[in-house]
Amino acid sequence: MSEPNEHARHIVGPWVYLVILLALLLGTALTVWASYVDLGLWNPIIALAIATTKAVLVVLFFMHVWYSSKLTRLTIFSGIFMFLVLISMTLTDYISRAWGSW
Amino acid sequence: MPDSSENAHGAAPAAHEEHPAYLRHHFNSVEQQADASNFAMWLFLLTEVMFFGGLFTAYLVYRNWYYPAFVSGSHQLNVVWGTTNTAVLIFSSFTMAMGVWCAQTRRRRGLVLSLALTFILGLSFLGIKTIEYREKIEKHHVPGFHYSLQSFLDPQSDREVYAEYHDKALVPDMARHTELYFSLYFLMTGMHALHMIIGIGILGFMILRARAGAYTAGHETFVVNFGLYWHFIDIVWIYLFALLYLISRH
Repeated sequence: MSEPNEHARHIVGPWVYLVILLALLLGTALTVWASYVDLGLWNPIIALAIATTKAVLVVLFFMHVWYSSKLTRLTIFSGIFMFLVLISMTLTDYISRAWGSW
Repeated sequence: MPDSSENAHGAAPAAHEEHPAYLRHHFNSVEQQADASNFAMWLFLLTEVMFFGGLFTAYLVYRNWYYPAFVSGSHQLNVVWGTTNTAVLIFSSFTMAMGVWCAQTRRRRGLVLSLALTFILGLSFLGIKTIEYREKIEKHHVPGFHYSLQSFLDPQSDREVYAEYHDKALVPDMARHTELYFSLYFLMTGMHALHMIIGIGILGFMILRARAGAYTAGHETFVVNFGLYWHFIDIVWIYLFALLYLISRH
């Protein structure tokens, strides 16, 4: 009964989860520390870069996308790419509306 | 003689004997069934990306427009609580991931323990969020008829925050827009908290079922897909923490 069900399913083990947990906690400490330093324009960029790194770690390992099928990976990539298109077009519009008047 | 006679009496009963009860008939294998529901879960999560994405976009646009108001509003948030909650949620994601591993390797007690820890950490997150909300209510920073501009028109009256940031007073027109910051704050953290509450409810249901051995007999799809949902909520919080608490601090 069990033979046809068990093939090729990747099980992510506790050690991977533990390493990712530590990386995420480190990232949190880093981003809180960075927020106290005045870096001007770079503050939000660094905060979002660290947040994105953490999110990618969660997606790839906690959510198993690293081990997923091509179909799943392509779908997730397309969805996030579509979201980035929408957000960047919206922000481009708002940022450029008052172009030259500041 | 492998011929029609063998097929004739072998085919129909075999189709029912050879698969576990949880394999639906329209799937070829458990593997295919798990892939299909996993894929569907991801489609759902992508709609959630769009939903929260809209809120994040609104936040970024208004922050750009009313920058001083959003900075002063952000200074009202307590970074210690925010950081604690981030850590709590990351730990809960870890315990959830361990739950998935326990289900996959058929460890019933480990699964129940992991889910229970996730449940407790989820409740802790909401508890801390309640402390933060209460502070906003006491200061009249909840948008509406009782909204108070005092902290922004006269920052020195708000001693704790002033001691940390030395904010200058905002002009009344800009100070009004702090209400917009708090509207988005409550909308975004509120929607996030609603997802948490739904998740905690499902966790409670799963703990009861896991105790009866439901997910540790080869059919762990529900746990895996719930894990995806829970990790997604964690990711939303990672961005909320960065955007609401951190980027206006220095």
